[in-house]
Amino acid sequence: MSVLVDGRTRVVVQGITGHQGTVHTRQMRLFGTQVVAGVTPGKEGSSVEGVPVFNSMARAVAATSANASCIFVPAPFAKDALIEAVDAGIELAVIVTEHIPFHDMLTMYHYARLRGTRIIGPNCPGIASPGLSKVGIIPNVVFRPGPVGVISRSGTLTYEIVNGISEHGLGETTCIGLGGDPVNGTSFVDALPLLEADPETRLIVMVGEIGGAAEEDAADYIRRHVSKPVIGYIAGRSAPPGKRMGHAGAIVLRGKGTAESKQAALESAGVQVARFPYEIPDLVAARLQKPA
Amino acid sequence: MVKLAEWRGKEVFHKYGIALPRGTVVRSPEEAEAAAQSGKVPLPCVIKAQVLAGGRGKGGAVRFAATPTEAREAARAILGMEFKGEKVRELILEEKLAIGRELYVSLTLDRSLRLPILMVSPHGGVEIESVDPSSIDRQPIHPFVGLAAYERRRAAEFLGLSGPLAKSLEPVLNALWEIFQKEDAELVEINPLAVVGDRVVALDAKVIIEDDAAFRHPEYSEVRDDRTPLEEIAREKEIAFVQLDGNIGVIANGAGLTMATLDVLQEYGGRPGVFLDLGGTDDPKKVAEAFLLMARAAPKAVFLNVFGGVTRCDTVANGLVEAMRQVPPNEKFPLVARIRGNNEAEGVAILRTAGITSLPDLRDAGRAVVEAARGGRP
Repeated sequence: MSVLVDGRTRVVVQGITGHQGTVHTRQMRLFGTQVVAGVTPGKEGSSVEGVPVFNSMARAVAATSANASCIFVPAPFAKDALIEAVDAGIELAVIVTEHIPFHDMLTMYHYARLRGTRIIGPNCPGIASPGLSKVGIIPNVVFRPGPVGVISRSGTLTYEIVNGISEHGLGETTCIGLGGDPVNGTSFVDALPLLEADPETRLIVMVGEIGGAAEEDAADYIRRHVSKPVIGYIAGRSAPPGKRMGHAGAIVLRGKGTAESKQAALESAGVQVARFPYEIPDLVAARLQKPA
Repeated sequence: MVKLAEWRGKEVFHKYGIALPRGTVVRSPEEAEAAAQSGKVPLPCVIKAQVLAGGRGKGGAVRFAATPTEAREAARAILGMEFKGEKVRELILEEKLAIGRELYVSLTLDRSLRLPILMVSPHGGVEIESVDPSSIDRQPIHPFVGLAAYERRRAAEFLGLSGPLAKSLEPVLNALWEIFQKEDAELVEINPLAVVGDRVVALDAKVIIEDDAAFRHPEYSEVRDDRTPLEEIAREKEIAFVQLDGNIGVIANGAGLTMATLDVLQEYGGRPGVFLDLGGTDDPKKVAEAFLLMARAAPKAVFLNVFGGVTRCDTVANGLVEAMRQVPPNEKFPLVARIRGNNEAEGVAILRTAGITSLPDLRDAGRAVVEAARGGRP
């Protein structure tokens, strides 16, 4: 089992003719993803990695019955790309692009929500279910099928943690990179019920970071609605206030969004919080051995 | 974050029709005197340092003057100041109004709701964080609808305004919303918004423009921010680079991994001095640029922590060896590396040949770099 992606996921890559679009089309196909189309206006009739390119999302979807999109379009044009995907009836849009203005993202989020499209990202590595499908850029090599669901605001740190879980002989059901921006299409609170409902996910790993209140919101949700064990980690304990730490969303502002506040909220909701990423695989293994 | 100084924020306010005290910007004591003399700024007047840090009133960076001579001397005193590390280069000189109540209004983003939020409080003139939450009214505003009339009425009522005062609040709230959207603001704040007779006047202006929207706002490109000179260079090169107050540099790929690496250093008693996120790049030119930038920050030791996913560790290692060669001899620093992931063995071998230690375990690597920063060998 998996959440949001599976063997029926048919992906269009928006911005397929760019460097990233091309590299990751290849990687997604190697993972086993059905990449059925690409879109770059003006490039219809060509192909990338054997995938046909269309001028518009409407034509790509009409020709291939695609139901998911992976967006690599540069930030100034990302809003338009997402709206086009929504209008073409795409169910799941993964936005890899970073530096999208949050005002654009507000429009994108609320428009997609009205029309029933789920967004993952922006500024995210995407989603993957080993053995089934991947939409995004998470490295193929880190995965191994298993019982752990992973949700994270980070990119590379997520790869490292997933890799650690896999190397420990465990593995993952689905890993979702939610993205490092202040406005996310899918938040921890949106992703938690999916993993809670997935029968094959036995444990949830949640990787947060400083900034905003997504982890505090998640703690509140976990306390009330999540029965599965959750292992957490928060990056950025040593970050000074007022400094944006690489991610647009990773900033302690006016005393809000500190690692301490997030850690305390999660612990009070029964989440075991690792102090360092390398502690996570052992904590996961120990927890999985415990009788439910 | 492009934080506009008060005078620049007030220019934006003026453009959108928010009522302001009569005033001007000056850059010398003589200009201050002339502005007061000519009646351009009515007396008595207030003189305020144009710095981004708060607490100007308590810190002596705001003064009053009743005559042109007093204005000149007040300007001289403030222009000589360094306020919380910022050199004062500009002053606002503006009329001192007979103020009634001081209110607070702002528009910002509520990340959890994914909606803009209008915040108003009858307790203005103090930092909003110190105001009891029950005295702050928060209204989410839907971006597809904008500020509705009933929301403006509710804000006026919460602020205790009625009649002509409530009427004068309306255009202020509309302007806030317009500025928030059209100028791509993260924050538009008026604190205090003062009651002066039968209208409200913005005594201060705080406007923060979103960095990621800079491409459509060339008008703010010259705004000096509170970035350090090296942070400024990094920004131009599109490298995520943050200077901290310690002495160990960290280069990693990905913001989360970079932050986690800083946390590990701190755990072992090290003090992180530079956060440098390479992002998704393994372009040797970009890696070299990052190293040269790091060298200029003069770290005692540097920790490179890279996880190769799609990127291969051997590519990263080759780029790294080349980059270290380009660092000028007098700027060399001890380097501890940890490269993991795709083609790890090949990458580690390349580093070993070049005399660079690579430790697979984050704990060992963290301890080694803290030791190196204390003068031990890495």
